[in-house]
Amino acid sequence: MSSIKVELKQCEIEKIKEICQSFNNDPGELINVLHKAQGHFGYLPAEVQEQIADELKIPVAKVYGVVTFYSFFTMLPKGQHPISICTGTACYVRGAEKVLDEFRRILKIKVGDTTPDGKFSLSCLRCVGACGLAPVVMVGEKVYGRVSPDGVKDILGEYSK
Amino acid sequence: MIKLTIDNKNVEVTKGTSILHAAKSVGIKIPTLCYFKLGDMPIENRPGGCRVCVVEVQGRRNLAPACVTEVTEGMVVKTHTIRALNARKTVLELILSDHPTDCLVCAKSGNCELQTLAQDMGIRQLHYEGQQSHYREDTSPSIIRDMDKCVRCRRCEMMCNEVQTVGVLSGINRGFNSVVSPAFEMNLDHSVCTYCGQCVAVCPTGALTEVDHTNAVIRALADPTKTVVVQTAPAVRAALGEEFGMKPGTLVTGKMVAALRQLGFDYVFDTDFAADLTIMEEGTELLKRLGEYLAGDKTKLPILTSCCPAWVKFFEHQFPDMMDIPSTAKSPQQMFGPIAKEYFAQKINVDRKDMVVVSIMPCLAKKYECSRDEFKHYDMPDVDYSISTRELANLIKQANLQFETLADEEFDQPLGESTGASVIFGTTGGVIEAAVRTAYEVHTGKKLPKLDFTELRGMEGIRSATIDFDGLPISIGIAHGLGNARKLLEDIRAGKSTFHAIEIMACPGGCIGGGGQPLHHGDLSILKARQQALYREDAGKPLRKSHENPFIIQLYKEFLGKPLGEKSHHLLHTSYFDRSKLPIYIQAKDHE
Repeated sequence: MSSIKVELKQCEIEKIKEICQSFNNDPGELINVLHKAQGHFGYLPAEVQEQIADELKIPVAKVYGVVTFYSFFTMLPKGQHPISICTGTACYVRGAEKVLDEFRRILKIKVGDTTPDGKFSLSCLRCVGACGLAPVVMVGEKVYGRVSPDGVKDILGEYSK
Repeated sequence: MIKLTIDNKNVEVTKGTSILHAAKSVGIKIPTLCYFKLGDMPIENRPGGCRVCVVEVQGRRNLAPACVTEVTEGMVVKTHTIRALNARKTVLELILSDHPTDCLVCAKSGNCELQTLAQDMGIRQLHYEGQQSHYREDTSPSIIRDMDKCVRCRRCEMMCNEVQTVGVLSGINRGFNSVVSPAFEMNLDHSVCTYCGQCVAVCPTGALTEVDHTNAVIRALADPTKTVVVQTAPAVRAALGEEFGMKPGTLVTGKMVAALRQLGFDYVFDTDFAADLTIMEEGTELLKRLGEYLAGDKTKLPILTSCCPAWVKFFEHQFPDMMDIPSTAKSPQQMFGPIAKEYFAQKINVDRKDMVVVSIMPCLAKKYECSRDEFKHYDMPDVDYSISTRELANLIKQANLQFETLADEEFDQPLGESTGASVIFGTTGGVIEAAVRTAYEVHTGKKLPKLDFTELRGMEGIRSATIDFDGLPISIGIAHGLGNARKLLEDIRAGKSTFHAIEIMACPGGCIGGGGQPLHHGDLSILKARQQALYREDAGKPLRKSHENPFIIQLYKEFLGKPLGEKSHHLLHTSYFDRSKLPIYIQAKDHE
């Protein structure tokens, strides 16, 4: 998993401790702790994982194992406008892959990565419950339905001003 | 009790027993791959993941994995129906479809459980072709990780996390990209790995192997300008024979010496000599600290042994606040190095730079130990190469020596003389027993009435005993396996420990179960046979107390002065380093 190096500030360390304590430093709550930490930091850099491992008294390799197992967790900061393409069954059969290819082509990044200017990041998800609108793309909280490869440029255009 | 039949045999076992163990109890061996258990020790890997052990259970729709399925009353199990055999073959072929087929040049060939399974099941053709997973090779001072050969059995993970509590290895990523790795896909040498090698000892395939120095040793032996000196650790002589088909527990000390001499080593010496020396230093340190403790300084005890390099690295990473507790005495391997290169080299008029010291060790951490900076002088390591018992067997085979037929020979002098005390260093409890023999006599000034301290012997993970030092009760703790060591250390940290002295060995069983020994494949009786062999060798020695070794007495007289003296301090003692804060090296590449 790609990652970047960060140095944690004291207040960030305190925040991680607070999150872990809210789950009683219970190692069994690792997934919830990671979920909350990612909610706070936006991503889970190695240093955050180390701090969590220290607090829960488990090996950092275990934490990393969980972070890399679930596609929800990321070690890279999401872009200003995170793009998610639904590749669930309905969206997939209605051409989600071609839409995804177009995003990859224009943004020149892989799934899971962020553009160098930090503006867009690309990820896939499975079903947002709007199968009637397949294929579906989300940018931030906004949902776009019946997206065709030709429409990708226009979507990106909305955020490029 | 539960009654059932397996392959038409009536079986009666306790509730909760797996089909696998029930079958074993009546002599039926069901093939396994991911499953691992070390005898009756609490060391078990049972993820139920590989499905090689599937059997047919009457009335059950699907096949049952024998290792994780509990027996039930009246169960009818068939272990080799055509359905079970076909399923096993398919499972194995699927595993093999993502495994390199370079068996001819694989370090594990002949000892590989996957290879054996393929042979036993008569796999002659691979029907499935598909993508193969590739991962970079990771080489550390002791261990090589080649994840292309990993079958994801997770045995290494179990050893590293549950038994050793080191916590370096974990399953990461998912699906086809899953691999067992240190955090952030760092290399082992950037992790808190202790190089105990227990992951290597249980790996069924060639995914985890030792760094092989045999070629470097062959080159040194062929170099006419070098005087090559070899030292052999105690546990090696009790296990080397197994590599040549001998019964576990066969002592091959004399044959090993003969083989080493034929290989071309100029001097065949014994790490046991250095073990006697370790007892002189460590035993004296024990008595000194005991004196200070009795005089009122309660911080001076317990004293912990320090001969195991994996254990040393473990406390440097995990217990840096307690680095003044272990003895400062170097390990026997590292005591031997400077004695060979400073004392013996002078005696035979050889320049230090023209002497090569090779050690034969049951251990993989010893490779790392001799590469540590503090064990180098004038930019040259005190011990140049450390090779494992397995590597020595390989060297002997390469040199086409008929090991079984070699006539016994004796070690060279002076660094080949040893006592029974040093021989038992190779088993859990042995170092502290050796130390007690010497410390008792030095402290009390009396002769020990009996030398066998059976209360210190055994295989339980943590043991304790009180030895009467002529009216002064000395409380002794013993732990083998780093998880057990951790428990004793946490007690000390919490101020709950009442021990005066503690022996710690990283590997289950001590060095006899080391990561460099012939593979035991989970058979604890092999470790027990090796242990008994060492006690036999000890019992048969004319001298059984380290301080009675005549060449040790001579060494102190001629060269070292006295234990804990200035020269000893300089050559035979060391210091430890806080390794608790490690930088993160991220070098990982995405798999997408």
